[in-house]
Amino acid sequence: MAAAEFRDAATRALADPQLRANFRRAMDGLMTKRAAMFADRDEWTALRSLGAAVRARSLLQLPELLERLEAKLTENGVHVHWAETVDQGNAIFKQILSRHDATRLVKGKSMVSEEIGLNHALEADGIEVIEADLGEYIIQLDHEKPSHIIMPAIHKNKQQIARLFSQKIKDAAYTEDVDRLTGLARQVLRRKFAEADAGVSGVNVAVAETGTLVLVENEGNGRMCTTIPKLHIAVMGLEKVVERLEEVPPVLSLLTRSATAQPITTYVNMITGPRRPGEKDGPEEVHLVILDNGRSRVFADPQLRNTLRCIRCGACMNHCPVYTRVGGHAYPGVYPGPIGKILTPQILGMDVAGDLPHASSLCNACVEVCPVEIPIASLLVRLRGEAIRPEPGAVKGAGSHADPTEAWTWRGWALAYRVPALYRLTTFLLTRFGWALPGRMPLLKEWTSVRSRPRFASQTLHELARREKVSNQ
Amino acid sequence: MDHSPNPSHPEKVYFFGTCVVDLFFPAAGLAGIKLLQAAGLEVIFPQGQSCCGQPAYNSGFLDEARAVAWSQIKLFSKDYPVILPSGSCAGMMKKHYPSLFRGRPEQAEAEDFAARVYELTQFLVDVLDMKFDDLGEPTKVTWHPSCHSMREMGVGDQPKSLLRQLSKVELVELPRERECCGFGGTFSVRQPEVSAAMVTDKIDAIAETGAEMVVSGDCGCLLNIGGALEKAESRAHPKHIAEFLWERTHGRR
Amino acid sequence: MTDARTAILGRLRAAAGKDVPPAEDFTVVSPRGWTAEHRLERLRRMMEAVHTEFLDCRGQDWLGPLRDWLIQEGVPGLIYAPATAIGRRLAAEWSGGVPLISYDKAMAEWKEELFAQSAAGITGTRGGIAETGSLILWTDADQPRSLSLVPPLHIALLDVNSLYDTFWQAMREQKWAAGMPTNLLLISGPSKTADIEQTLAYGVHGPKRLLVILVDQC
Ligand code: SF4
Repeated sequence: MAAAEFRDAATRALADPQLRANFRRAMDGLMTKRAAMFADRDEWTALRSLGAAVRARSLLQLPELLERLEAKLTENGVHVHWAETVDQGNAIFKQILSRHDATRLVKGKSMVSEEIGLNHALEADGIEVIEADLGEYIIQLDHEKPSHIIMPAIHKNKQQIARLFSQKIKDAAYTEDVDRLTGLARQVLRRKFAEADAGVSGVNVAVAETGTLVLVENEGNGRMCTTIPKLHIAVMGLEKVVERLEEVPPVLSLLTRSATAQPITTYVNMITGPRRPGEKDGPEEVHLVILDNGRSRVFADPQLRNTLRCIRCGACMNHCPVYTRVGGHAYPGVYPGPIGKILTPQILGMDVAGDLPHASSLCNACVEVCPVEIPIASLLVRLRGEAIRPEPGAVKGAGSHADPTEAWTWRGWALAYRVPALYRLTTFLLTRFGWALPGRMPLLKEWTSVRSRPRFASQTLHELARREKVSNQ
Repeated sequence: MDHSPNPSHPEKVYFFGTCVVDLFFPAAGLAGIKLLQAAGLEVIFPQGQSCCGQPAYNSGFLDEARAVAWSQIKLFSKDYPVILPSGSCAGMMKKHYPSLFRGRPEQAEAEDFAARVYELTQFLVDVLDMKFDDLGEPTKVTWHPSCHSMREMGVGDQPKSLLRQLSKVELVELPRERECCGFGGTFSVRQPEVSAAMVTDKIDAIAETGAEMVVSGDCGCLLNIGGALEKAESRAHPKHIAEFLWERTHGRR
Repeated sequence: MTDARTAILGRLRAAAGKDVPPAEDFTVVSPRGWTAEHRLERLRRMMEAVHTEFLDCRGQDWLGPLRDWLIQEGVPGLIYAPATAIGRRLAAEWSGGVPLISYDKAMAEWKEELFAQSAAGITGTRGGIAETGSLILWTDADQPRSLSLVPPLHIALLDVNSLYDTFWQAMREQKWAAGMPTNLLLISGPSKTADIEQTLAYGVHGPKRLLVILVDQC
């Protein structure tokens, strides 16, 4: 991926009025609904600091908690696997599946499975993977990636979905009626649930104390995937663990209210093992794949570590003025919006993420709503610094955007702005001769695409203050 | 959001003009100084001042930002409040100076400085509780709150409460007023297309209000919004709140 | 993949900080001090807002009203779990009108039928949560998971004396952490989705309808 990726993709997205209208409408609705959910400011503040504390505590004890989780899960009869890389993650899936001769998979919504490109990897081996979350199913039919981490098909309107269903689902008549469209998907997918050899799911929270995997969802597809097939494989990023069961309620409350403004999702599914003797249903085997994929490197830096607090609620993208205008497909990697801007460069590397840390006006709208107090803007600034540092550093691909011209420009700037005489000279020259700067010079050219050229004042404030005899010290 | 402890009845204050004001909106800066003087304060404007360092900071050049920041801190060493006619630069000094100098010998001094930083309207309302009599013609304006004034400085209703004091000014709420105007410093030239889309939506919202003027407390936003308004030949004009308040309460000078 | 495990944990351990963990204040998720009436009123309001139906059988036996309701709604059959308290009563006292189907074998033995023909399943609950409007369900050898999932209508008996203010309170007072079932569920309405244009549609994969029977003794 080239460095200008985001800017180019964003420019294309901006030119699509349908897409912009779809996102604008959806984000406006989500913001309004979320605000109503947290109307009680005191409650929000208290819940948010509890959520942040829970996540911060988890990270402080991360290695111990992962070991305790593994021990407890094993005791409960769940098989635990560790994957350092995307390839290892996929290989683990393939091994388990081939041992069971499983060729038909149903999958609940899981961003980590997107991160490792699971569908692609398995399909290459002739395994059928059906996305069972309605939004994921829609985009799978259209061979797209999710444009939002909670609402993957949010970029499509119902006409687009109606067309897609009528083309791709056998014997489906064209309808724009949302209930009928949903009914169509139900029909197709219920068959798939009943026939599947294995179910795949993500994990919202894993509890070390009890060895429990918690999954929230509204549709029942998560329950189907983890209940009906004989084999259930869950996959999660290594940051998802918390110590105690009682830490789950505040995290879920923040998650569901921030994400879709629901007090709770229709289903909270707490899985603590495979079917026990005498039980009539439930998977006979449950596996958990714990994925690193760069997270342990993120963890190593005390500031960047805060990225791993994320509970993937999507509120940051719902409130992002950039995301709202360009949608999720403009972002490289699978995580769009502000969380993607801090996560993707760290996971894929600064070199691959291109200009992503700069795709933000640092307006702090995301920081204001993040339910676990991730300082997203500060992390973006940190990553901007990592991108241009002269030597490799904490982040993968650090220094890959180092540009001597830019560095010298800022060095010159710092000198001029640190030495009063030089600053005075600079501002004198700009106010007197700034008009003469060529309009086609870089920066000015970008600026004037929709703005008139900035006009320098005839005298600086310094001069006015001297004229008005404002005291100097 | 935390607020600085209210210095009760300070006699002297520092004024930090900011580089954007210096180059593009000096009248706004001067109006800020005059408003403070009108409240009976002695205003000190250290002539050695330049910039808060935010442009370098936001670009990831922390050493350069730190060097400029330190040169400013040293100029404002006495225990007076530091007033800025910019929520964004105030946010830089208040929120980011402490982290910029964390673990360094300058830390204590940087923190002391940061604790004294105020955004102008915050100071006018929270500390001075200033009252104004409107001398201007009837007009209709809308308010653009800057992102950093709201989210870093915790400025809330203060500027609007000042505008509401003006009897002949009709204040119309800007649709989606909390949304960024798309300036973001280097963002406006590094991601010019997205920034352009944002500012275009912003001036459309301004036009929707029918206001003659869009008033703000941040000259970065005004440069951006004002430039777009002008290019679009809109009837609305940008105005810094200090200048607006001064003109309406003390006449044009 | 022992190698991956060692490598990952090794990196994490090398980087783990020595900071004191921040304190957690659970006040905000603690019991609210609500009255029994308020709890029930709130649970009902929250659940009705997401299309849950209620049958109030407080002060009377629920078997008769349930039978009438099923007949009125034209439900062709009711699946029950024979080894549960509810199942035993149904088996012993059901007066017909709607056929009962006993979930007395492994799901695999009648999966096709369950998916293609089932109409309704009835389960008990371990209580409800007023704050969020949720039912607590434990599944085990007696009460299968699919009973509340596969049939298009899920009927749940809720003892109004077992309501909690909050989720946090319920899990602590019921001592969940001391022994979790293989599958513990909170159910807060019938299955729904908003994946098409943010428009709510009910009954996507799970039950299309959820009927809660309020009782004061089971
Ligand atoms: S960064 Fe914060 S707001 Fe964004 S998805 Fe993660 S938890 Fe939610």
